[in-house]
Amino acid sequence: MAYSEKVIDHYKNPRNVGQMDKASTEVGTGLVGAPECGDVMRLQIKVNPATRVIEDAKFKTFGCGSAIASSSLATEWVKGKTVDEALEIKNTDIVKELSLPPVKIHCSVLAEDAIRAAIGDWKKKNVAVEHSMATAGAAN
Amino acid sequence: MSTTQNQPSTAQGEFDVSVSLPPGIKLPLYMDNHATTPMDPRVLEAMLPYFTDKFGNAASRNHSFGWEAEQAVDTAREQIARLIGATAKEIIFTSGATESNNLAIKGIAEMYRERGNHIITQVTEHKAVLDTCKRVEKQGCRVTYLPVKADGLIDIEDLKRAIDDKTILVTIMFANNEIGVLQPIAEIGKLCHERGVLFHTDAVQAVGKVPVDVNAMNIDVLSLTAHKLYGPKGVGALYVRRRNPRVQIAPQIDGGGHERGMRSGTLNVPGIVGLGKACEIAREEMHEEAKRLTALRDRLKEKLESNLDFVHINGSMEHHLPGNLNMSFVHVEGESLLMGINDVAVSSGSACTSATLEPSYVLKALGLGDDVAHSSIRFGLGRFNTQAEVDYVADKVIDVVRKLRELSPLYEMAKEGIDLTKVQWQAH
Repeated sequence: MAYSEKVIDHYKNPRNVGQMDKASTEVGTGLVGAPECGDVMRLQIKVNPATRVIEDAKFKTFGCGSAIASSSLATEWVKGKTVDEALEIKNTDIVKELSLPPVKIHCSVLAEDAIRAAIGDWKKKNVAVEHSMATAGAAN
Repeated sequence: MSTTQNQPSTAQGEFDVSVSLPPGIKLPLYMDNHATTPMDPRVLEAMLPYFTDKFGNAASRNHSFGWEAEQAVDTAREQIARLIGATAKEIIFTSGATESNNLAIKGIAEMYRERGNHIITQVTEHKAVLDTCKRVEKQGCRVTYLPVKADGLIDIEDLKRAIDDKTILVTIMFANNEIGVLQPIAEIGKLCHERGVLFHTDAVQAVGKVPVDVNAMNIDVLSLTAHKLYGPKGVGALYVRRRNPRVQIAPQIDGGGHERGMRSGTLNVPGIVGLGKACEIAREEMHEEAKRLTALRDRLKEKLESNLDFVHINGSMEHHLPGNLNMSFVHVEGESLLMGINDVAVSSGSACTSATLEPSYVLKALGLGDDVAHSSIRFGLGRFNTQAEVDYVADKVIDVVRKLRELSPLYEMAKEGIDLTKVQWQAH
């Protein structure tokens, strides 16, 4: 199988590998995929509660080279974005950036799922915060 | 070997790891000898005259060109027969093992229809047998697919129970192409003989690697091919027993009545000469080669097992081909591992490497979880592999597995003692 240069680059030099404290309220964790399907991604984000900017991101992936590259790229892209901006990232953007062939599109879908799951987890933890911010906004 | 051949690979897609290239290693390195084997130069040498000067048609009865070709074919028949304990007249030439398996199963199903319509096979057969069985099922045969045990072997008691008064054929492979396990062929043959049922074996991976004796093992029909034993592609043979019992096979290709009427078509003389020569070499060198390959295979296994945790050997190591090692590197996905060792040619049971996106049905038949199947690598050592190559491959695999495990959330969780089977996964 021929891999694109960008996939090979991410595979050889994966960005932002690691883990963050799952318990921290600033951290959102997304664990998607399943071992029996051949890919599992864990993507974590660390969000500044005041600005809602993703200040750091980490990942670990069990999967093929394209799955590793998709999640590595996802961590690069979410960093510096607000959570709302990060939700705009589409799997098709990842496909385009990495020149993924049709059989590898599911890797990009999984990466998008991982971003959404991580943000979802962060939001769940910060329901109270969100709520108080929303009411504060309404009061103004 | 010149030093220029020992430059580190500049191929893309591998980790920048510091495994230095030892002397004697030339990349890319071939260690996938169950897929096919490189041709032995002695085989090529024997074949060459039959492409040019000795081009005759073995069926030409009226001139020396034909006689010369026929003589060469007869010699090859002898060489093949001797390797498996058969007689020359029992060898039918085909285009390869897929055709041999088709001819055996379809030809017997058709010829013995009045006696019965039941065929017994097992689940880890090659597709050339399984798909042929599916075809004859559509034509009115009943096929029993025996399960295998966790070690990849059938239970002979299952076979005993499966045989009934309509059973005409048992077809069980000699050696498995993925996990290298050797089925209890002599026991199966004995049982079939006692019960008056024909026994066919797809012996593609076994012939020339381990001793095969059609009489001692009560084999009635046997498929083999040249390219798995250092011969050319596109030529194979079917052994068809002539006595006790005399096996009859309905031809599947009609034409000039070649090969005792069982397989028409002008003989591929150069290919047949190559197959014959490959069998002769195998007969002379098999014993020594098996010892050498077993030692190399064990060396590879030891190195991998002693340097990595969470490894799993697939298939019985007791009943095993000399050059085969099928290992799962749990928590690492097979395709990503192949990508990291891309200057080494091996195979994976991972779904990502297959056309169907399904993990290996052979590994699944052993009862392994899909995740273990996804992590499997098949190493196929052959005649031209060296100890230096084994060491290089072992070091490289160890390095890449370690790197990928640093990336693997499953490995991290397993190390923390989390039971991965209890995690609520989001299958997709």
